[in-house]
Amino acid sequence: MGRYILRRLLQLVPVFIGTTFLIYLLVWALPGDPFAGKCGERACPDAYITRMREEFHLDENVVVQYLRYLGNLLQGDFGQTFSGTSVGELIAAAYPVTLRLAIVALLIEALIGVLAGVLTGLRSGGFLDNLVLVSTLFLISIPVFVTGYVLQTVLGLRLGLISPTVSADAGFGELIVPGFVLASLSMAYVARLTRTSIAENRRSDYVRTAVAKGLEPRRVVGVHLLRNSLIPVVTFLGVDLGSLMSGAIVTEGIFNIRGIGGLVFRSIALREGATVTGVVVLLVIVYLLMNLLVDVVYAVLDPRIRYV
Amino acid sequence: MSDPSVLGTAVAEPDPPPAGGADAQERARSLASDAWHDLRRRPLFLISVALIAILLVLAAFPQLFTSADPNAGDLARSRQAPSGQAWFGYDLLGRDVYARTIYGTRVSIVVGVLATTFTVLLGGTLGMLAGYHGGWVDTLVSRLTDVVFGLPFVLGAIVILSSFREAIGEGAVGITALVVLTMAALSWPVSMRITRSAAITARNQDYVRAARALGAGPARVIWRHMLPNCLAPVLVYATIALGAFIGVEATLSFLGIGLRDPVVSWGVMISEARDYIRVAPHLLLFPAAFLAVTVLAFVMLGDAVRDAFDPKGR
Repeated sequence: MGRYILRRLLQLVPVFIGTTFLIYLLVWALPGDPFAGKCGERACPDAYITRMREEFHLDENVVVQYLRYLGNLLQGDFGQTFSGTSVGELIAAAYPVTLRLAIVALLIEALIGVLAGVLTGLRSGGFLDNLVLVSTLFLISIPVFVTGYVLQTVLGLRLGLISPTVSADAGFGELIVPGFVLASLSMAYVARLTRTSIAENRRSDYVRTAVAKGLEPRRVVGVHLLRNSLIPVVTFLGVDLGSLMSGAIVTEGIFNIRGIGGLVFRSIALREGATVTGVVVLLVIVYLLMNLLVDVVYAVLDPRIRYV
Repeated sequence: MSDPSVLGTAVAEPDPPPAGGADAQERARSLASDAWHDLRRRPLFLISVALIAILLVLAAFPQLFTSADPNAGDLARSRQAPSGQAWFGYDLLGRDVYARTIYGTRVSIVVGVLATTFTVLLGGTLGMLAGYHGGWVDTLVSRLTDVVFGLPFVLGAIVILSSFREAIGEGAVGITALVVLTMAALSWPVSMRITRSAAITARNQDYVRAARALGAGPARVIWRHMLPNCLAPVLVYATIALGAFIGVEATLSFLGIGLRDPVVSWGVMISEARDYIRVAPHLLLFPAAFLAVTVLAFVMLGDAVRDAFDPKGR
């Protein structure tokens, strides 16, 4: 197991370098003046541009720039914005909020999705099954921002049940409705995936054996069936945490949550390349580590899978 | 709809259908005709095909359904509610929402179809090459796929779209092409993985070995023997992805970086409506309803096709 994890970690390195280099190239090597509009209503003075280009090494080869960035990154330094703020601090302020939102969303989608999937997978063809099928179709078809605006208007402005925008410290309670909005699409996928998986495994030999042994239905479903059927769901959930965080940009915009989505959006508008690169690099790391974690969790859930 | 790549997990789940051969002979019907036989009896399939047919007519001949000009604004009727005169009301600039919704169908569907086509072509070609050749080609292509797959979709799209925004100018064709290409460039990895796994299965089948033994070159083996047998899982993915791409276009336009005026699309309309949702909800409601119904139609079609092609469901 230890060797397997080590090998996987080594495999992550080229992917990490490739992805971060790609994003670095996109942000820094494309045409466009990074200092346009930086000095108010007039063009920036040449002296300022020369100094900044030197300070940020913009005249060097992009590969050299990237390697320097990577070197700093390995020491935990995300660099600075053009105005001298540390990118690390900006991210440290915004990141926990987005992480909280993504975790709330993940919990909601796992809870509702798996519950709906198990109930419909056990009794396919009934009223509940069709209800869940139709509602997942609707969740998949309605874009997240429409769900967001409708919930915000109805719950927040018409009924006054929630505050339409989230306050600066964004506690867990305030994030439930935004989390639900963010989770809505994935919730539908989790429900369908669980349903398919349960329906498939319900006819398998080990379930028949468990029933024949005289185990009570609760134990057959809870231990034998569920544990085997949840493997694809766990994969989905693990990989989804990364996409929830990068997809949170829309939800954050609607509910005025001060997370990394808004940070990236502002930074792109202001051409603050360092912030954009920093956030994306962080999301890539989360995505890669979650993938690794999922593979390790496999072995815990399914004793047939053994890593050498 | 923020990330079409999540579809891959849901779609790639069923095993690739058996490659013709034994299964088809027992039934004396090919997999495709068997699936077609099955599909014609499904209400979901029939409903979605009917919906898509209507949408295609809307997209092809919008002038049949409305005589109003979608870009003719009259500020005197700004944000007027739906009436007999204008069924869906007027938007902020006094443009007919009904006409804009009808005309928006074309762009939304064209973007969805083109993005899906490019995604499948790019991913399919790479996946087929990787699956057929194996070895270092496979390693190289697979690592490249991992790299692109690791890039968060929305953030990647924002970076690309805002970088090239000035380069493409103000023309409708340029704006649309950029959005389509960006979506394809970021979403091909899923179709590459699906094609690759189908190609790896097909490569070791007897008919491929026979063709090779008879002296067929790689091009012929891939084109005549492997492609027809690897197509089904990719096509199923493509149908569902088509719906997702239409939603993604709307999301990007909503963020203000996708399509924009003078292009008329549902995403552009929703994006323009978002600041007035409290005073004029009809601005959001009608394009969003059309968008949802379109995505729904394609997702239902994809569901039905997947079930029909899935040998386990028989």
